[in-house]
Parts: sequence; structure tokens; C-alpha cells
Amino acid sequence: MRRLAADVVVVGGGSTGAGVVRDAAMRGYTAVLVDRSDLAQGTTGRFHGLLHSGGRYVVSDPGSATECARENAVLSRIQAPAIERTGGLFVSVPGDDPGYGDRFLAGAAATGVPAREIPVAEALRREPRLNRGISRAIEVEDASVDGWQLVWGAVNSARAYGAKVLTYHPVTRIDIADGRVRAVHCHDQRRDEEVVIECAFVLNCAGPWAGRITDLAGLPPVPVIPGRGIMIALNHRVVNTVVNRLIYPTDGDILVPVHTVSVIGTTDVKESDPDHLPIPAAEVQQMLDAGERLIPGFRRARAVHAWAGSRPLIRDDRVAADDTRHMSRGMAVVDHLTRDGVAGLLTIGGGKLTTYRLMAEHIVDAMGDQRGERRPCRTADEEIPYAEGSRHYVVTHRLADREADRLDDQIVCECELMSRRMFTDLLHREPLATLDDLRRQLRLGMGPCQGGFCAGRAAGIAVTERVVDAERATGLLRLFLKNRWIGLWPILYGAQVRQTALDHWLYAGTLDIEHLPTPDQEVVR
Amino acid sequence: MSRAEADRLRQRLNNELQRLTLDECVKCTICEQSCPVAGVTALFSGPKFVGPQAERFRHGASVDLSVDYCSSCGTCTVVCPQGVHVAELNSLARAVLKAERGVPLRDRLITRTTLMGRAMTPVAPVANAVLDNRLARTALEKVVGVHADAPMPTAHPEPLRAWLKRRPAPTRTPTRGPVVFFHGCAGGYFEVEAARCAIEVLEHLGFEVLVPEQGCCGLAEQSNGLFEQATASVRKLVAQLRAPATGVPIVSTAGSCGGMLKHEAHEILGLDDPGLLDVGARTRDISEFLLELHDAGELPLDFARIDLRLPYHQPCQVRSQGIGVPAAELLRLIPGLEVVESDATCCGIAGTYGLKREKYAIAQAVGRPLFELVAATHQGLVACDTETCRWQIAKATGVRTVHPIQFVHQAYGLGRVIAPSAVR
Repeated sequence: MRRLAADVVVVGGGSTGAGVVRDAAMRGYTAVLVDRSDLAQGTTGRFHGLLHSGGRYVVSDPGSATECARENAVLSRIQAPAIERTGGLFVSVPGDDPGYGDRFLAGAAATGVPAREIPVAEALRREPRLNRGISRAIEVEDASVDGWQLVWGAVNSARAYGAKVLTYHPVTRIDIADGRVRAVHCHDQRRDEEVVIECAFVLNCAGPWAGRITDLAGLPPVPVIPGRGIMIALNHRVVNTVVNRLIYPTDGDILVPVHTVSVIGTTDVKESDPDHLPIPAAEVQQMLDAGERLIPGFRRARAVHAWAGSRPLIRDDRVAADDTRHMSRGMAVVDHLTRDGVAGLLTIGGGKLTTYRLMAEHIVDAMGDQRGERRPCRTADEEIPYAEGSRHYVVTHRLADREADRLDDQIVCECELMSRRMFTDLLHREPLATLDDLRRQLRLGMGPCQGGFCAGRAAGIAVTERVVDAERATGLLRLFLKNRWIGLWPILYGAQVRQTALDHWLYAGTLDIEHLPTPDQEVVR
Repeated sequence: MSRAEADRLRQRLNNELQRLTLDECVKCTICEQSCPVAGVTALFSGPKFVGPQAERFRHGASVDLSVDYCSSCGTCTVVCPQGVHVAELNSLARAVLKAERGVPLRDRLITRTTLMGRAMTPVAPVANAVLDNRLARTALEKVVGVHADAPMPTAHPEPLRAWLKRRPAPTRTPTRGPVVFFHGCAGGYFEVEAARCAIEVLEHLGFEVLVPEQGCCGLAEQSNGLFEQATASVRKLVAQLRAPATGVPIVSTAGSCGGMLKHEAHEILGLDDPGLLDVGARTRDISEFLLELHDAGELPLDFARIDLRLPYHQPCQVRSQGIGVPAAELLRLIPGLEVVESDATCCGIAGTYGLKREKYAIAQAVGRPLFELVAATHQGLVACDTETCRWQIAKATGVRTVHPIQFVHQAYGLGRVIAPSAVR
């Protein structure tokens, strides 16, 4: 058993937790972040990649709209390399109420969301594949964002301020004595060891899993309702601007160009278990139909992957419990001192990736209130350092990098242009990582071949570099391919079928991956 | 050459069918295995890389200058089992790059083939002597960037049009109707012999041969990313070829230029005009045309014997027309002629690629297997359908390289006998 001590333990390594641990560390608290798996592995890694301009909420949720507009500008400043300034368009396709555009513009003016109507011809010039029948187009400041880069940036900043980050450390118990939080117990899965962190505060940022954390403290359930949404990535950017339907928010009304793909989203269905999120065939068809309305020919384009994420919404009595779309997107901090009589525990829910920094500010403020002190928040003022500098992301970035090193490096993942050096550098920094952990930072296997060619190379290089042995490499490879398949089954049509067949021949036929020698207990983390 | 032109081209890239074809790529690597350039130099990242892969990363300013190491041979598109238009994607990306960054003077000069012919012909002996002069060529390399050892055409003292005017009118009455003859720039000014032979063979077979005034097809401009100029050139040529008659076959001795009319101008320049599609549908390579006659039982086979082992190389841009290997089949109809097909992907020159200072060594390396095959098998002659490839092969091997039609001409007993070079 290992013992640690901290002012505050942050539970959950998604965007909220990452923002909170950075904020707490910057305010001078000793902070430890724990997560049951890797950073940004849950909701934060399973969205459409949109950094909201606020446009989406100008009519339905004005408070959120204003927050989004402000935070969009803040994140663009402090985390530029994670963000591509794509710009956004709200367009009325045939059948949409053109009058909604006026309510939209009025709402934008009232909420401080920059928006400007542009001629339809101008919109079609910018995005030639858009439906030629659109009747209105409003330009907004939407952008696309890499959730993983956002979180890793925040966490690295937190570490620089002395925070500790423990991934693959699920919480097993929260000790409460005399009405106060005393310690958090975790299990270090990689070393198979118990870790006890003595602390006065626990900030519960577990998103859709927040209720499980309060259960571990023995408190009454927190009403978090996972709202599931599915997303589908197309093989290339059919648009280079975020395209939204100019209608009251509904399913399948956003198309986001993020990195090399374009993502259509999303649905919103109430679920009970955030660990088991289905991707129903009917919803896939619904998304393809929605895409077709925005971009004629959408169904003929190649889909490469589908996924589902779950929103961490806190129940709001103003709407029916099964209507998750119209629950407040606004954040809510639950203070367990007033609710349950336990000091030192706060839970945060709601919000959205775009406002993660603001959510962190609120919950750390709330902690200060309970402690009876007010240390100022500085997270909006200080730029987060990135290896790439402080320029915004552009999609040509990796192509330029490979152009520069093409004569002295190899390419491991061809679809996403990941070089061998990129892979081995991170591998040596994170020797315990799974291929999926590396994927989230490097985009390994996220292109059209979905690991068909690069996953085997990556596993082989990990052995060559003496980071893993052959048995672990086999386990890592199997786990990686299994996880890729989860997102392939739902979209097996068109060109992706040929790819999966080829990939299957490579691994099942040539490598015979199903029958490779394995230890009694296969490595899965 | 402007931002606006680059934007217009990129919009086409984003918008048109070429980009959609990248969705068909399954990464199989067959194109990379077949690429003659990627096989000999690391400077070019290969067709899969610069085509379906890099294309997913292109938006805004061009960053991958190495796309210009593609020679435009088109082999990648030919071999792709999934239907990805790899070469077309590369050509468009290069055109965007050139539109953004400007085109070197050298690339503007070497693409002006008709101009070169017109300028050199009146002073042919002098021009040829200059291009043969080591000092002059070194100066040319330094100032303009054309490699001193690269093959250069030899201007013919009498251009084809002068010969057409001078020669006695054909005595035989046509029995098979008219054809339009497309000889290309080389046939007009440099390799007049091949064009003359073709005309005489067609007339011997009973065709009335219409030879309209004709300019350049624009292929060299297109390969150098000069899309505006290429478009103007091909449009003009289309009008010239359509002028003499409607609906009659257009027969070509300009191997690669025929491909420009048949598919490249449509697929790469994106031209959709009905005139081009009409000319494209009517255009036949001369060997293709004669083989079609043979298949119909209408080609006389009274060929005189030619006892010769003859290496034959099909140019990459003839292969990409999807017509099989008609020249080899045709030559095999001549008794005694033993045709050795090169099976080489490309001779390296790829139009103007191998002329360039920075690409000369690559082009020589690409052609090496072909040159070795020629050296091992030739008996003083090589056959090849495209002029620049003939110059490349002749220069590299020292073996006289001629158009296949010249053997058909000789076998029909129409006069000239092709003199072989000395067998080394």
C-alpha cells in the first residue's frame, strides 16, 4: 500500500477533471487527479470535435450560448494548437423554416454570440459540396477541437504546477469521518497496489460516472442521466467549415471537419449505463440521412468509424426525465455539505467541452467558499505551453512535418501520417500505455485503414524498442483491433467493407492473430 | 498563376470526382510497388502517399513540394485495383502548388514544343549543332536548368508541311474514305520521317489522309502544372482536328499526345466540352487503328520479311490509354521480326521530367532496366511510340530508336529502309 497526501483529489481525467486539477494547482493547492483508465477516455474523447461558437444555443439556451462564445475565445487563446479555426455556418436546407434565421440572429445579438448572415452564393463558394438548395447562411465562429490535445495540454500545465496525475487508478472507496472527507482509496491497476490519498477535499468530475463516485462515499444517489449520442466520421473532409442546420437543436444537425475527417452528429437518447452505449443501426441511418440533407452524396462517401459518447447531464426538474436534449446544458455544482451534510465533497455535472475551463473555475471557487477563502482563478490568463508553439492547428500540419522528415524517418501510420519517431518518443515516455492510449495522442490507426496496416507495425516496433515483450505485444495488438472493430461494425457498408475484409485477411489470415501463443492472463491494460 | 487560380483549382480538387476516388483506397500499396520514380529515389514519397493519403491533409496553402517529383507517368492509376485516380490527384495538387508558387522559366520554355520546332527548323543545322555543343549545353544547364546530358530533339531541315507541299500528289484514288492525321509537334518538326511513313502507309491502304494545320496538345504544359496554358493549347488543337471533316477517325503517331486527347485533358484538366469528347472518342493510335483493321480482316498482310530482333518499349502514357499493346501485335505480323517487349514501366523521361537538372539522374535510374534490356537484345534498332521516349532511349543506349509505323512502311515496300545504328 502506498500513502499520499494532498489538499484535493480530483476524480475523473476528462476535460472537466483536467481543467479542475490545473485550476487547483495554479491556485496553489496540492492536487492529485485519479482516473480509472487513461485521460480523456470517456465523454471527452467521444464527441464530434466541435468547439461551440454558442450559435447552437442562442435560441434554446441563451445562458449556455454566452458561456460558449466567451470560452471559445479564451480556449482559442490559451490552447491554440488543439484548435482549428475552421469557422462555422448555420444553413437552412429545403424544408427548414427560413424564419428561424431571424430568431437566430436576434438571439445571437442578445447573447453576445458573433453571427453574420452571408449571401447563399458566398456560402456555396466556400463549401462547394453544400446542398445547392440552401436558402439562408449565417456565419459564426465555430471551430474544431481535439479533446485529447485539450486535456493533455491542461494536465501537463497542472503537472508543471506540481499536480500529480494517476491514470488506471480506479477509486475503490472514499473515507468519510465526522462529516468530512478524509481520504480516497484507489487501486493502481498496473502495479496491482492499493493507494490511499489523504485529503480534505474531493472534487467529483467523473461525468456520467459521478453517481458511482458518490456511491463509493456512501451518499444518496446523484441524479446524473447519461444522454447518449452517436457520431460517424467520414474518410475525408467533405467540408472545411463547421456546418450546422439553422433550426432549433435536434439530431444530426452538425457536421464538423476535424483533423482529416468530417464528423456528423449526433443523437440524444437516455441511457442507464455509460459503460454500455449501443450504436443502433437505425440511428446510423438517421445520421446518414441527416448528412445527405446537408451534403448531397453523403451516403456515397466512405464512413470510417462510428462511436457513442454520453453527456453528463444533471437532472433538471423543469423538463421530463427522459428528455435529455432539453435538459440544461449549463453546469451544476452539487455541494454535498448542504445536500448530504458531508464537507469536502463537491460534484459537478452538465456543461460541455467548450466550457470545461469555466466549469473548473466554478467548482474550485465552490471549494474555496467551503474553505472560507478566495484565491483568484488564473486559468484564462495563462497560455498552456504546447510543443507545437502557440499557433492554431491546421490540417496540413502533419503533411508539412512529413515533408520535412521524409528522408530520415519512416511512417508507421500512413493514413494519419504518424512517423516512427513520434511513436517511439511517446512509447518511451509512456511505457505502460496501451496502443489505444497512444492512439489518442498520436491518431495511430484513426484513418481509413483503422489500424489494418499500422497496428501490427506499432506492436512490432514496441518489441524492437524493448518496451514490451512479445506476449504483451500480442495482447496489445488484439485489444487495439478489438476496440477498432466496435466502431466498424455499425458502419460496414461501401468502401469500408473492402478495407475491413483486407484488414481481416492480414490479421486473421496472414498473422493468424487468433491463435498466437498467449500467457494465461492476457494483458488488457 | 495567382491565388485566384490556386483557389479555383483547389475547389475543383475538393469538389470533383477525383477527390472522391480517394475513398476507394485500401492502402494495398500496389501503386507504390509499380511507381517507377519511388522505386529509385526517396525524394518522391510515392503515389499512395502523395495521392489518396496526402490529399486528406490538403486545405489552404500547399506544403508538400515533393509532389513535384511525380513524373506524371500515370502508372499508379493504371495499376490501382480499386479505381483511385492517383495520378490525377497528384497532377491537380501539383497544379495548385505551381499556381501558388509560380512556375520556373525553364518549365515554361521546355513545354513550348511547337514554338521550339518553329524556331529551330529554319536554322536546323545551327540549332542542332548548338544543342550538340557541350559548352552550350553546360551554359543551358546553368542558366535555364535543363541538364547538360539530357536528350534534345534534332530539328529536321524540312518540316512536314513543307514536304506535304513539295511531294507529288498521291496518284491512287482513295478506296476507304478519309482519316484525319494527328502528327503532334514532333511529327511536324523533329521526327518528320515517322509522320511521312504514317501518311504513306495510310494512303497505301486506300485512305484519304487529311492533315490539318495543328499545334501542341498541351500535355507538357499540363505535366508541368501549367493548366491554363494546357487548356488553351488543347482547345485550339481540338478545333484544328475537327475542322477538316466530321465523324472520321483521327489517327495519331504521337503516342502520348493521343492520350491527352483521349482522356487526360478530360480527367486532369477537367475539360468537359463536347468538341474534346468528340475528338477523344475518334482518336486512335496508328497501331491501334491498323490492328482494328486487322481484327476486321481488312489489313493486307503482304509484308516483306524483316529479319531483326527488335526491342519494343510501350511508353507509360500509351499504356495508360488502356488499349493493350497494339504496336507489338502489329509488328509481330511482319515475318522475321522478333519483337522483344520491354516490360519496363517507364523510360524515365516522362515528357519533360528527365530534362530537368534536378530530375535527370532520377530519370536515368528509372530507365536503366530498359536501357539494359535494349543493350542486351538490340540489333541496331529499337521501336517506341512516343518521341521524347525515343530520344531518351537513343541518347542513353546509342541505338537508333524509331516509331513502329516505320517498320510497317518498310514491310509494305513503300521505299525507305530503316538504317540500323552500328551494333555495339
